[in-house]
Amino acid sequence: MTPTLHIEDLRIAYSRSATQPPAVDGVTLTLPAGELGCLLGPSGCGKTSILRAIAGFEPVKSGRITLDGVVLSSPQVHLPPEQRRVGMMFQEGALFPHLDAARNIAFGLRRLDPAARTDRVNQLLELVGLVGLGSRYPHELSGGQQQRIALARALAPSPALLLLDEPFSSLDRTSRHRIGGDVRDIIRAAGQTAVMVTHDEAEAHVLGDRIGVMRMGRLLSWTPQRHDLAEDSEPVRHRSGDPQPAA
Amino acid sequence: MAALRVRPPGGPRAVGPVWFGLAALIAAAALLPIASLAWIAAGADGGHWQHLVDHVLPVALSNTVVLLAGVAVIVTGVGTACAWLVTAFEFPGRRTLGWALLLPLAMPTYIVAYVYLDMLHPIGPVQGVIRAVLGYDSPRQFRLPDLRSMGGAIFLMGCVLYPYVYLTMRALFASQSRRLLEAARTLGEGRWGAFRRVAWPLARPALAVGLSLALLETLNDIGASEFLGINTLTVSIYSTWVTRSDLAAAAQIACAMLVAVAGLMALEAHGRRHQRFGGSRNQDGMTPIPLRGAWAWAATVATAIPVVLGFAAPAAYLLVDVVQRLMSGQHLTLNLYNGLRNSVGLALGVSTLVVAGGLVVAWTERRVSAASAPSTWLTRAASVGYAVPGSVLAIGLLAPALAVDRAWAWITQSPGLPLMNLGAILVGACCIRFMAMSTGSIGAGLSRIAPEIEQSARLLGETHHGTLKRVHLPLLRPALATAALLVFVDAMKELPVTLLLRPMNFDTLATVLYGEAARGAYEEGALAALAIVLAGLLPVAWLARTQFASHTRRNPSP
Repeated sequence: MTPTLHIEDLRIAYSRSATQPPAVDGVTLTLPAGELGCLLGPSGCGKTSILRAIAGFEPVKSGRITLDGVVLSSPQVHLPPEQRRVGMMFQEGALFPHLDAARNIAFGLRRLDPAARTDRVNQLLELVGLVGLGSRYPHELSGGQQQRIALARALAPSPALLLLDEPFSSLDRTSRHRIGGDVRDIIRAAGQTAVMVTHDEAEAHVLGDRIGVMRMGRLLSWTPQRHDLAEDSEPVRHRSGDPQPAA
Repeated sequence: MAALRVRPPGGPRAVGPVWFGLAALIAAAALLPIASLAWIAAGADGGHWQHLVDHVLPVALSNTVVLLAGVAVIVTGVGTACAWLVTAFEFPGRRTLGWALLLPLAMPTYIVAYVYLDMLHPIGPVQGVIRAVLGYDSPRQFRLPDLRSMGGAIFLMGCVLYPYVYLTMRALFASQSRRLLEAARTLGEGRWGAFRRVAWPLARPALAVGLSLALLETLNDIGASEFLGINTLTVSIYSTWVTRSDLAAAAQIACAMLVAVAGLMALEAHGRRHQRFGGSRNQDGMTPIPLRGAWAWAATVATAIPVVLGFAAPAAYLLVDVVQRLMSGQHLTLNLYNGLRNSVGLALGVSTLVVAGGLVVAWTERRVSAASAPSTWLTRAASVGYAVPGSVLAIGLLAPALAVDRAWAWITQSPGLPLMNLGAILVGACCIRFMAMSTGSIGAGLSRIAPEIEQSARLLGETHHGTLKRVHLPLLRPALATAALLVFVDAMKELPVTLLLRPMNFDTLATVLYGEAARGAYEEGALAALAIVLAGLLPVAWLARTQFASHTRRNPSP
């Protein structure tokens, strides 16, 4: 079982000025092991800031991020990104252009011996349906193939948590649906806990086990999507004046 | 240096024969010295070559290789480390040091050699202070290693040539996608690992470009190497011609040197071909990470040291020297005044001709279809001079110039060498050497003018020439000014070509300084050196402004 993510009263601010509102303000959520949570909202609502804070690229002003009980971030603690066991799939993949697909996937597997590394790379190429394309460089792959390799690379070190930052935003609509469905199946098959950020409502509803709606740095709701989990809907703690959670 | 490839509105070959002919003439002139060298070298008897192989080339070649290797190590280390620190981290003085690291570009290698030899002389100020601190009385008891050595030459050239690597690496690092480094961090790499496995391999093409430019400058150097006693290929060419008047042998050494040049150009071409992988297409460039405490100050000191060694210390020494001389009643000598007048005159003439020539070549390439290979080759051929060391260029032009002069004398039945004596050959050689600056700058300027603008002018009734005059030239003013400035300053400080091709009794600031140094009185040329450095600051200021502006746009302050 992969670990549970818990975010408690998280606040992220880029400006020291008191007049500037924080990018993320008082967000609290829990993502059970093995689920895919989607943060949904318009540009600038703070969803990517939460993702970057989980990954360790943004310091937190207040609050706490824990993964299976281990504090990753708080005002006092900041675990470096490489020690968090968190994988990330970036917008447009962010594949290393000087490495072929196989070496991109093997990038985070330095601790494995060469034979085990090759096995793991082949296993992931098979998982993402790109067997035989390991020797291709990123510029020789289509947008969808690049995203699959990016997913394989992120999954390769078996991270405790996978983060997906608008991973399909660079694809056309047809590819988005196809790759999106594949990614969901792959993540579920791996039993991977994951958080995805998107501004596409349909995408969030199709992919997410839970959906968090964000506006202006605040999480308005954090709701399970599967019918059998509907009873577990977890209301978000609101400050006075916040809108009510979505049904 | 390649200019744009645009299919013009008028279709292929929409350029008049005069333009095409002029561009072809410029390209042919640029190739002339290389062809001439090959001709002379091939025509010389085998005894010459055997003598060179036995007595000259082994030492000159090994010295040149060791010098190039040493300079490569220093400029790569210093240039890359400074570029990474300035781009990836925030520390006290980062912004100032970001442009100050370019300042050594204003310091020609021969000037830094003269100044450091004076400064670090066993009875000079620096060693005197060190001995006083350590309690020694005489240079016999304690002295620093002699600068007149291979180590000294590598150190000094590295100090002033690292900005070529710094410039290209900084531009690349600044445009690198932050997400690539973040991806490496999420895959278990620390900061050093992310640099070593991602940032560094992606920056290698930029390193190849910067390194090849720095090494071409090293090959071109004559003043510093000769003064520091390093017998390089360039020095061998100069001494073979000047002291032995042996043109065939000089041409053969020059041909050997062109092999090294071809290697460096291949390195540069390789870098430019692969540069597309290094930069980011997105607006997610690097954001500097704040360093704290001792690490922050260590970064400040580490980036300040190259500025001090490559510019601040020698410039301050020159300034103090000049002020002391002026205070003690020494004034501008006639020799120096003539040098200044000649330098400015030569630089003005060359920059005017080179800008005009660059416009002809770049415009011809613009007008001729991209599918037409001759236009691309015209630009490449016209720009080849930037890679050919000045001494090689000069030797290559000597024979054709002498042939023309003799023919002229035969036709007019009058003695004399008009091309040589009127300085036409000197101006021509400088034009060939600096043409790439002009074609590159104007070509880049033209590429920013959309074909639609040209098409609109044509549809409104303008001819090709009218469009050039009323649309392109006004829009190209910044590019023309940039080209003129760069060429002016490089012509001001040019030494090898001027030394070999100047008319009798014609001195520039650089040759005045060289002359003073040759007779062991380089301190007499401090004012000339300072004037050259001050002129050199102009393009550095322009470069720093444009670089700094683009970097600031990419990384706005929070």
